[in-house]
Amino acid sequence: MATEAPAAATAAEIQTVVAARLLRAARSVFIGVGRPSTAAILARELYNPDLVLVYESGTIGAKPRRIPLSIGDGELAETAEAVVSVPEMFNYWIGPGRIQVAFLGAAQVDRLGNLNSTVIGDYEHPKTRLPGAGGAPEIALGCPEVIVIAPHDARTFVERLDFLTTVAAPSAVITDLGVLEPDPETKEMTLTRLHPGVEVGTVREATGWDLAVADAVTTTEDPSAEELAALRELIAR
Amino acid sequence: MSDITTLSEAVEELVHDGDTLALEGFTHLIPFAAGHEVIRQGHIELTLVRMTPDLLYDQMIGMGCASGLVFSYGGNPGVGSLHRFRDAIENGWPSALEVEEHSHAGMANRYAASAAGLPMAVMRGYVGTDLMAHTQVEEIECPFTGEKLVAVPALDLDVAIVHAQEADREGNVQLWGIPGVQKEAVLGARRSLVTVERIVERLEPRPGAVVIPGWAVDAVVEAPAGSLPSYSLGITERDNDFYRAWDKLSRDRDEFRAWMDEHVIEGAPA
Repeated sequence: MATEAPAAATAAEIQTVVAARLLRAARSVFIGVGRPSTAAILARELYNPDLVLVYESGTIGAKPRRIPLSIGDGELAETAEAVVSVPEMFNYWIGPGRIQVAFLGAAQVDRLGNLNSTVIGDYEHPKTRLPGAGGAPEIALGCPEVIVIAPHDARTFVERLDFLTTVAAPSAVITDLGVLEPDPETKEMTLTRLHPGVEVGTVREATGWDLAVADAVTTTEDPSAEELAALRELIAR
Repeated sequence: MSDITTLSEAVEELVHDGDTLALEGFTHLIPFAAGHEVIRQGHIELTLVRMTPDLLYDQMIGMGCASGLVFSYGGNPGVGSLHRFRDAIENGWPSALEVEEHSHAGMANRYAASAAGLPMAVMRGYVGTDLMAHTQVEEIECPFTGEKLVAVPALDLDVAIVHAQEADREGNVQLWGIPGVQKEAVLGARRSLVTVERIVERLEPRPGAVVIPGWAVDAVVEAPAGSLPSYSLGITERDNDFYRAWDKLSRDRDEFRAWMDEHVIEGAPA
């Protein structure tokens, strides 16, 4: 019986692989849980074994074998090079810019790449109370490079944030449809890359502002069989 | 030397209605057993301080212990919303909750300032965000370089409660793994309680451990498994399934109350 060919990559898998590829040459990355964490663990396993993973719980150089549910899972502390207090993490490591890249998510992203993770609706009487800032504002300020990872839909990519939690100024916003990068002049997040099979019109419809599109939009290289197999194996662990 | 006592006696002596109370532990070593005793003793109008409210403050808020909350990230880590926290802020159930929120760096620095006995901490951050208009933070200028910085006020804590792996018979405390802001909370509060997994004859030195001398702590209580469903590294494991299950258990007010009645109110230790 012939082996079944693996299923084609989903939009979420492509997003994760694209984020992981950006860490090929990075020295250190600051990550929260969810897709950013999966991408960073994948990058360490596939392309960059020396990549230093830093979680805001205080674990520096964690080497998780499995995707942690929380940023404070025991495996992170047990495999870390150093485990530090929260004041030390922010004041000695993040603030002075010792962690090179930060992966951040958010509930809302605006055209400059600013983030909202505080409330939907009015602050005093919110329609939805979100978790709040966490480490994001000072992580974005301290880390030399910020990459935002978010699902691409018009609820997330909004003309106006309900609350400005984090001034992120990202070098890239990686979505499940493509990649936005700041225009060198205006700093406006501009569509520069589409994931395989995605049309410009689809991205425009999923964006709450009149999305700028680069003159030459490239297409994301399909995840290789090796990348896809490694990602699926990691998630299944 | 700290008093080695029982949980009910320690909470009775140290916690009073209206107190500003911090139960700390950053994902790790969250003092659930002590928080549950605060709930059982029926304390009200507490101002609860914690970087990450987590399930414990979701429970305390839903049981009506709190009139205020000072925090920096109110989510169920890796799972989603804290439903009791949201219900209190969005709908005022079971009572109105006054919220003061910061970033993690802001909260960490507020704890550090309180431990140092300083009125404020200086840091870079907040500028350009909407947090500036909604919380206690002020722009200041460095008197040496002229750099624009911000100041956040020290926390003013009546009581700090933390959990650790071990204490000896003198009440000296040792914790290891993710240290969070527990040391800062204990040193920054007027009164402090440490619950521990076990009381040992002698504390064995461990890499990266935080040691707090017994004379800097008011009360030490043995509370085995007292940080579950969070964990105590090397002794208990984080109950990730419970964190996932809480998302459903806590959505409905009646289901939440029934669960708390069965597992916390009637589940009182002897």
